[in-house]
Formats: sequence, C-alpha cells, structure tokens
Amino acid sequence: MTRRRTGTLAVEDLKVYYDTPEGVVKAVDGVSFVLKPGERLALVGESGSGKSTLAMALMRLTRAPGRIAGGRVLLDDVDLLRLNTQDMRNHRLRDIALIPQGAMNSLNPVMRTGDQIIDGIVDHVGDDGQQPSKTALREKVRSLLERVGLAPQVARMFPHELSGGMKQRVAMAIAISLDPLVIVADEPTSALDVIVQRQIMQTLGQLQEGLVASVVLIGHDMGLVAQFAHKVGVMYAGKLVELADVRQIFRDPLHPYTRLLIQSLPNLESKKKFLGIPGLPPTLLHLPQGCAFHPRCPAVIKGQCDSVPPVWGEIRRGQLVACHLYTETKS
Amino acid sequence: MTALLELRGVTKVFSGGFFSRVPPLYALEDVSFSIPEDRPSITAIAGESGSGKTTLARILLGILSPTQGEVLYRGKPVSQMAGAERKQFRREIQPIFQDPFESYNPFYKVDHVLTTPARNFKIGRNRAEVNSKIEEALHAVGLQPEETLGRFPHQLSGGQRQRVMVARALLLRPRIILADEPVSMVDASLRATILDSVYTLNRQHGISVVYITHDLTTAYQISDNIIVLYRGSVTEAGSVETVIKKPQHPYTQLLVQSIPLPDPEKLWGELAARGDEHDGTIGGCKFASRCPHVLDICRSSRPVLYQIEQHRVASCFRYRDSPALAEGDITTVFASPAVEARA
Repeated sequence: MTRRRTGTLAVEDLKVYYDTPEGVVKAVDGVSFVLKPGERLALVGESGSGKSTLAMALMRLTRAPGRIAGGRVLLDDVDLLRLNTQDMRNHRLRDIALIPQGAMNSLNPVMRTGDQIIDGIVDHVGDDGQQPSKTALREKVRSLLERVGLAPQVARMFPHELSGGMKQRVAMAIAISLDPLVIVADEPTSALDVIVQRQIMQTLGQLQEGLVASVVLIGHDMGLVAQFAHKVGVMYAGKLVELADVRQIFRDPLHPYTRLLIQSLPNLESKKKFLGIPGLPPTLLHLPQGCAFHPRCPAVIKGQCDSVPPVWGEIRRGQLVACHLYTETKS
Repeated sequence: MTALLELRGVTKVFSGGFFSRVPPLYALEDVSFSIPEDRPSITAIAGESGSGKTTLARILLGILSPTQGEVLYRGKPVSQMAGAERKQFRREIQPIFQDPFESYNPFYKVDHVLTTPARNFKIGRNRAEVNSKIEEALHAVGLQPEETLGRFPHQLSGGQRQRVMVARALLLRPRIILADEPVSMVDASLRATILDSVYTLNRQHGISVVYITHDLTTAYQISDNIIVLYRGSVTEAGSVETVIKKPQHPYTQLLVQSIPLPDPEKLWGELAARGDEHDGTIGGCKFASRCPHVLDICRSSRPVLYQIEQHRVASCFRYRDSPALAEGDITTVFASPAVEARA
C-alpha cells in the first residue's frame, strides 16, 4: 500500500434535503464535526432526527428524492462530495466503508458469503493495477473471517445458513476488507439479542483499534453509545444540538434535550419514576420557528428561543452546544 | 392463594410433521407458574429470541394450545371453554402487541380499535356511555381524547399509537394484561410514558400484568417478579430485586453483564462465555455448551429448579444442595408486589 493513511474526517455544514410535493424537508441541516483516526463518534437521536440520512450522505449514497444540498465531507482534504462517480466508487470501501442498518438483510441470499467478500476486493484492484490470484483471495477471505470471529467454513455458506449475529459479522468482514480509514456503522446491532450485541460491538471495537480507523456509529440506544463511543453527537430535527466527550455527555449534559434524554434512561440502580420527554418530535416539513426544540423545552426563553435559531458554539472545552441558555451568559 | 391463570407443566413442541426430517423444536418445556387473583402484580418474562417467550404469550392468550400440560383459568382448563365462558376469558385477558404500526388498519380511524371491542363486549348501554368510557380509558393512559379520536393511525406517533392500544386493553376492564415487547419499537424518549401507563394499570386499576421482554432494564423498573427463559426452559425466577440485582444462574449472569448500561464509567468487561450458538445438547443442561462454570453432571442430566433463597429459584447444578422446588410452580417464591411510592 502506497497511500497515505492518516484519515481525518471533517464534515462541514452538511445539508441533505428531500424534495417532496409538500415542500423541502431538511433532514440534515448544517451538521459539522471532525473525527480523528482512532476516534469513535456516536450520533444519537429519535427516529426522524436525520442520523441515518447523515450516514448515507457520508457514503454519498443519498438517493432521490434526497439530495446533498450543501457542505463538504473531507477525508484527508479530499472532498468526497466533489468526486466524480468513478472516483467515489474507488473511495467507498477502500477509504470509507459502511456497515448498513439491518446488515443481516443486506447480504445477497443466492451468493456464498466468501464470494460476497471477494466482490468488493476485486472491484478495487484497479487502484494498484494488480489482480490478486485466486489463492490470495481465498487466503484473504479466511483471514477476514477470522478477524471477525468466524470459522473459515463460513465462506462456503449462504446467508440463510447463518444466524443473525453471524450475518452481521460477515457484513463487518466486507466493511473491513480493504482496511478503511472510516467505518460508518448504521445501527449495526438493532435486531440482535443483548449478548450477541455485546459480542458484535466488542468485535467492532477491536477491528477499529487494529486498523486505527475512525467509526461513526449511528444509534438510538444510549446504553450502547455509552459502552462504545468516545464522542457523542446528539441530533434533533436534522441538526446537531450537542457534541462532547462521552463522559461529559453522560455526567454533565448542557442542552435541555440531552438532559431529558439522559434522565429518561432506565437504570438498574434503583426504581425511579418514569421520566419521558414531554411532547412529540416535530415534523421536518413544519419546523418550529427559532430553536426546533423550544415547544418541548422546559427551559424555554420566551421571545428568544421561539424566534431566533441558536448558534452552534463551544461552551466548554470540547463541548459544543446550540442553545440560547448558554449564548446568553456569554454575551 | 387462588390462581386466576395457571400454567401446569406446559410443554409446546413444534414439529415439521410426520415425514419431516427436521427434529422437533421444544419451544417451551415444562413451565409452571400462576397469576394470583388476590394481589395484582407485574410479572416479567424475559429471554432472548428463541427463548420461547412469544410462544408462552400465545399459550397464555389461548391462541396456541400446549402439547403437554394445561392452562387453567379460574381453575378451569382453557381448552375446554366454549361459548360465553370463552368469551369472558377473551375479555379478561387482553394483549398489547409489539408493533404499534401493524396493530392498526390504516383505512380506519383510530376510533375503530376502541369502538369495535366496545361493541363486541357491550361495555355500555348506549353510544354516550361507550364514548365516555373510551374517553376515560384514554385519559387513564395520559392521552387527550380530542387530540386522539377522529385521527388516522399515521397521524399519531408510535408512542401515541401504543398508548391507544393500552387504552383499548383497559377499556374492557380485564383482569390480566399481557404486554409482548410493548416498547421495543418505540423511541427511548417515549418508552417511559408507555411503561408508566402500564404501571398505572397495575397499581391504580388492579390489573395484573405479564410483561414479556428482552430488556432486563425495563423489566427491573416495572416488574415485581421475573421469569428468565432460555431455549424454552426456566433458568432463574424470583423477585426482580434478587434475580436482576444479584443473578445466580450463569446464563442470567451473562445476560445482566451484557446489558449496555448508559454509563461510560461502567463498561462491559471481557466476555466470559463464548459463542452465540448452542450445540443442540440433548439430555444435559441447555446452557452447558456456553457455560463458563460447566460441571460433568451438566452434560448428562437436566437440572431442576432449586430454591436458593426465599425469593429465588434457579435451574443450575451449582445449587443442587438447595431444596428442589416442590410442584414446580415458580409463583411460590414470588415476592408480593411492593407498595412502594415511586420517588
């Protein structure tokens, strides 16, 4: 490999809009973050907050009626959004790889798993011009399966012969087959049992550390996020509302939405009163004026939150928030 | 103690038929427990996929009949009920299902799921009385009738839809509500309100709840007692305070240790048991092939339920010095529902 392998991912003001007959839906609206090699960022939010749309946009897999309406996705100073289709194909899997949502259903049911792993590798050999031999490929599949904790025989099997956890591991083997710099994992364990979920997440963690890759984990399970991530970004109605170190988010969240989210988590320490977040997530077609969270916010400032959108800024060291509660104290 | 609903030695086998080469699947094996009439409680049935928890739910609802053993309602076998008796059974035990989307017919307004059972079970003498009962049920689960009625299912959020289902169950004044994974498809921020309404049904309306789930955290939060299933058999059961706080069966221990706690200071440790597949052991303990504490005896014979302490049984040979549970009815070790006020 002759490529430089640093791999800092910088997302700047990313916007993904959906054109619908009723109007433009701003599913991702001005999201920015930087992810260094070896870091694990989790993006959390309710359904409809735009987290999966964001994951697909990072891979440049947004499909109509969705479109990337603006911003940059920089990987080592290469803007993935400006590449032509062929160049983007080369970057996908080799530099930025996806473990899709419901990875178990993303495998081809009529193809042996080994052939599916080879598929991606063969598609990328154009880069250094050499076609690996059949034995080299077979050896590669064996070692990839071993790295995700599967026996070599799995290569000869069809997806229906595997359990959910094993299929998820095959999807991981495909994702890491070209040693990517960034792994985007979209709810990788959403349909799995707790024990299998733990095994999968721990395997993903080991793979990521081995590759010194960064991971963008899309999820809604705060428990999983606490166990896996280094940094957490909280999304609400298409925007990041808070981004901080995982310990900081759980110990001292700043945004009222994050606070309610953390408080609503049940624990095993003591039985407590069930706290939910009052109200409902807004429909993205008709977002409230000002801060999108203000109709549900217990700390709403009348005349400000309902008219002026809050500014995204670093309130404490390494803790970015978009909320009027903090911009006020600063000014 | 009189039992409202009782399972006696229930076994359910699914087999592929006479010519099938697939071995029969024991979805449930010799499960006995009961729901007492005099003190309404919340019982969690926890397990992973393939543990038999949904089969158990279907047997409790009378949708499936057991291969062996009996289901008794007020002392009478459900299989022998017919006519008015069966209708009463159907009314007194109400389900809440997992998917708040598929429980609705999208062509009808949400009112339909409330008015249809109201009509079938004649809960009111006239329309005004029925309507006031519907409104009362909606209020009880924290919904505003004017914001709910007259709308189509897609106009409500998943959380609201699921709460309408709780209201529907409540409307019929059942004795038992069986909730099969009621919050697994709902956003975390909305889970609390649904669980709260289920909890209210029990504590304020005196309805017993069977809460079927894979999530031990919510099971701990709302239940009084828990039954943990593994591949169709009870591994451990008792009060949630003993079973979830200090699990003793190696499988329950593995489950509890695998819960992703929402606390970055309490991370998962190294995994003790390996493999997510079972090897189809016949004869021995079903968990033997994955168990980190496996003994020789575990591979050859099946453990019974041993009563380790007042409020706990576990089917594990590590506890074979404790007395075996007489009769096998787990309910005898259950703790009475605590009358604690939630802080």
